[in-house]
Amino acid sequence: MRVVVDLTLCQGYAQCAYLAPESFKLSGEEALMYDPGPDDAQRERIMRAAAACPVRAIFTEPAPGTKA
Amino acid sequence: MSEPTLLDQVFAQENRQDPYPLFAEMRKTPVARQPDGTYVVSAYEHIVTLLHDPRVSSDPAKRGLPGPGQEPAFINTDPPKHDRLRRKTTSFFGPPHKPDLVASLEPWMHETVNGLIDGLAGKTRIDIVDDVAYPFPVSAICRVLGVPREDEPKFHDWSGTLIVALGARFHPEGQEEVFQKAIKASQELMAYLTDLAEAHRESPADDLLSGLVTDEDPDRMADEDIPATSRLLLIAGHETTVNLIANGMLTLLRYPEQLERVRSEPGYVIRVVEELLRFEPPVQMIPSRSALEDIPLGETTIPAGSGIILATAAGNRDAARFTDPDQFDPERQDGAEGQHLGLGGGVHYCFGAPLARLEVQIALQTLARRLENPRLVQDPPEYRPSPVLRGPIHLPVEIDAVRPA
Amino acid sequence: MTGPIAIVGAGLAGLRAAETLRREGYDGKLTVIGEEAHEPYDRPPLSKQILTGWVAADHTTLPRLENLDDVDWELGRRAVSLDLAGKKIVLDDGRAVPYDRCLIATGVRARPWFNETEAELDGMFVVHTSDDSRALRQRLAAKPRRVLVIGGGFTGSEVASVCRMLDVDVTLVELADAPLSGALGGVIGAVAADMQRDAGVDLRTGVRVDAIESDERGRVDGVRLSDGTDLDVDVVVVALGGIRNTEWLTGSRLAASALGIGCDAGCRAFDGNAIVTDDVFVAGDVARFPHPIYGYQMMTLEHWRNALIQAEIAAHNMIAKEADRRPHVSVPWFWSIQFEVNIKSVGVPSMADQVVVTQGSTADRRFVAAYGLNGTIVAAVSFNDGRYLEFYERLIQEAAPFPIRLDNVDQATGDDPVPAAFPPQSELTNRPTVVLTGHSPTEMRVERKETEETAA
Repeated sequence: MRVVVDLTLCQGYAQCAYLAPESFKLSGEEALMYDPGPDDAQRERIMRAAAACPVRAIFTEPAPGTKA
Repeated sequence: MSEPTLLDQVFAQENRQDPYPLFAEMRKTPVARQPDGTYVVSAYEHIVTLLHDPRVSSDPAKRGLPGPGQEPAFINTDPPKHDRLRRKTTSFFGPPHKPDLVASLEPWMHETVNGLIDGLAGKTRIDIVDDVAYPFPVSAICRVLGVPREDEPKFHDWSGTLIVALGARFHPEGQEEVFQKAIKASQELMAYLTDLAEAHRESPADDLLSGLVTDEDPDRMADEDIPATSRLLLIAGHETTVNLIANGMLTLLRYPEQLERVRSEPGYVIRVVEELLRFEPPVQMIPSRSALEDIPLGETTIPAGSGIILATAAGNRDAARFTDPDQFDPERQDGAEGQHLGLGGGVHYCFGAPLARLEVQIALQTLARRLENPRLVQDPPEYRPSPVLRGPIHLPVEIDAVRPA
Repeated sequence: MTGPIAIVGAGLAGLRAAETLRREGYDGKLTVIGEEAHEPYDRPPLSKQILTGWVAADHTTLPRLENLDDVDWELGRRAVSLDLAGKKIVLDDGRAVPYDRCLIATGVRARPWFNETEAELDGMFVVHTSDDSRALRQRLAAKPRRVLVIGGGFTGSEVASVCRMLDVDVTLVELADAPLSGALGGVIGAVAADMQRDAGVDLRTGVRVDAIESDERGRVDGVRLSDGTDLDVDVVVVALGGIRNTEWLTGSRLAASALGIGCDAGCRAFDGNAIVTDDVFVAGDVARFPHPIYGYQMMTLEHWRNALIQAEIAAHNMIAKEADRRPHVSVPWFWSIQFEVNIKSVGVPSMADQVVVTQGSTADRRFVAAYGLNGTIVAAVSFNDGRYLEFYERLIQEAAPFPIRLDNVDQATGDDPVPAAFPPQSELTNRPTVVLTGHSPTEMRVERKETEETAA
């Protein structure tokens, strides 16, 4: 999978870090570091993370909602 | 006796089952001054603006409302105290210190929901609330917090009483008895939680309350803040999620093709939960904000000191933001995913949101999969009294059978 | 329009432009030319989670948000000239790519160490490409004795932060009085300096590197600083900003210089006579465009989000009818992650003359500060307090008065604004990623020294 997060939009709500902790990690309380090339095994968790982002900052390929 | 305002009508019990036409009326005056000087804000963009405005306070004391009588929980404080309390609580719940806690509960959640549904085998009539929507989130928050599950009946009553008072507070005429009961319930709950904290200090376990009481950091949470914090998490951690599951099941039963997709398409429930947070949110308004300075908004200025009610359920149906807002459409492209107001926004964004999301996704998907031919018995169901934390008291459903897990 | 369209530059801007063209219904021939032999990839992780070893350097390929199967990808090919009259781009293998419209998004490259001999030593690094990042990661993983970072801008500070996360000794040398001062001013730069020192960075401000020493095998083994110290150092990271990739346009008759390619608010390039072209568009780090909020001063931004937004607008404008064109006027946003702090800014702080902390506490590393120019708010920066920035964005859009009344909010100290203390441009090693170059797009005169080391 490919992931990019628009860190300008990110305000550190961290829903992604809670729901897909292998792929999204907080550095301190607000800064987000993430894995831009995660395993396909993480797909469901990453879809949860992308849907939960209150500022819609997470973009993936394949897109959320497409069948695997 | 003056004309009831739109807010009065929203608070009236008979409108609980469908407040949305009233919210549509409200949005015609998106920043509406009430007779008592409070401002009700119902347009999506204005609500988002205020959620990120540092001149908006969450501390009822700054608005001149009576305080809770003891230290408030972080939901009712402003930075910097808010940030310290919330950061400390987060250090025992999520990233950066406990990044795996919520996600690691997933297997337990499946097991728990399936166990509850297993118990319905052989029945043809069930109650979604009593059978799943209530017991599951309660078990979850008890596990996370470190509250013994067998004490549940006690805090069920306290919590229910407090929730009724929460709504009444912003509409206090004739509610003296409600407030009296709430004060008593609050004292009993706080005493219970204080004792529980002590018990955890004696024998700590791997839970949030034990973490708070045994913390040896110089910035540890003060003892007097611990009962209020645990009370907030206990009440918020089940009152809201219970209603989201119940409101969710109600909505899916009203839209059977959506229920079928939840049942058959892996991952579809994720978008359904986000759309439910927009379409039928368990928290219908954020009632206790106030203005610390004059705040120009739209055509008005909210004067410093005014109370502010953010009518988030109204904002969620704002056509200026959402296309066909009164359609339940989990696949909408206009920004529903994550950008509803069902979890608030800004620094007070729902603390337990990831836990709630996971719980509700698992609950709804498992119910959709395992209940054969579910039908609503009563539509609309009877609603709980609170207009702020809105959901059905019971959700009776007829089924043909329970499928195996 | 029928095309063909050529995009020169296969980074974030080039990719987003291609996606936008397809999304808005352009289905003609589309060629994307990229010098690096990689699919478009994201750069910010290269100075963070790649250097810590969490993510592999070739793992930052950007997701495609539209179907780009029907695009001619010329990757690993460099554009060497543009024929404005003939409407074609000439590649380094001699081939010409004809265009009806083209987009130039060739970005920047890392400024190399000015001393060519020293720059070739084993142990010298820049951080810009994925190859750079892979190489530096390997060295950091081998636990160097000490890393020297030259330049205290955002990239240099991020590298120093990673070094400390890896428990590697690091010295950071910055010519100005504080790190980040070029972008955020000396007052906020002082907070950044404290953050560095608290994390164990050996921060030397007001200092430059006099010489880099090597052993008999050509490996870096020491450095001599202008404060008289000699350091035992085996890795040097040169973080002195970027050089815009515009040399290939010399002779094209476009308004292209080291300071960028001048364009209008619709991203159309100016030619050398300051007449706007019809068919050549610019986006991203190379674009030098007028910003109405800042008096229509021309600016270039090396900001991720600017590349994204400008590419979308340029692509839209390339195929839109004249009446449907959009201006690139949104307020600039920027972020940096360092020392466990999320630094975000909105607006252009370096335009300001004053700064005041409006919320929070610099000691806690959680605050918001607002910047003003002549009594109007022009920018704001947050350290771990980003949820409030959109409030300040609105104030900037409305040209609100500065300072703003926030007497009753979060730790308001009632402080008056102070001078923001931006260092004079010639002093900078951490030259800001916003470069203001006057009002005229044809100004070919370089306003300030190109290389840092010009003093005797």
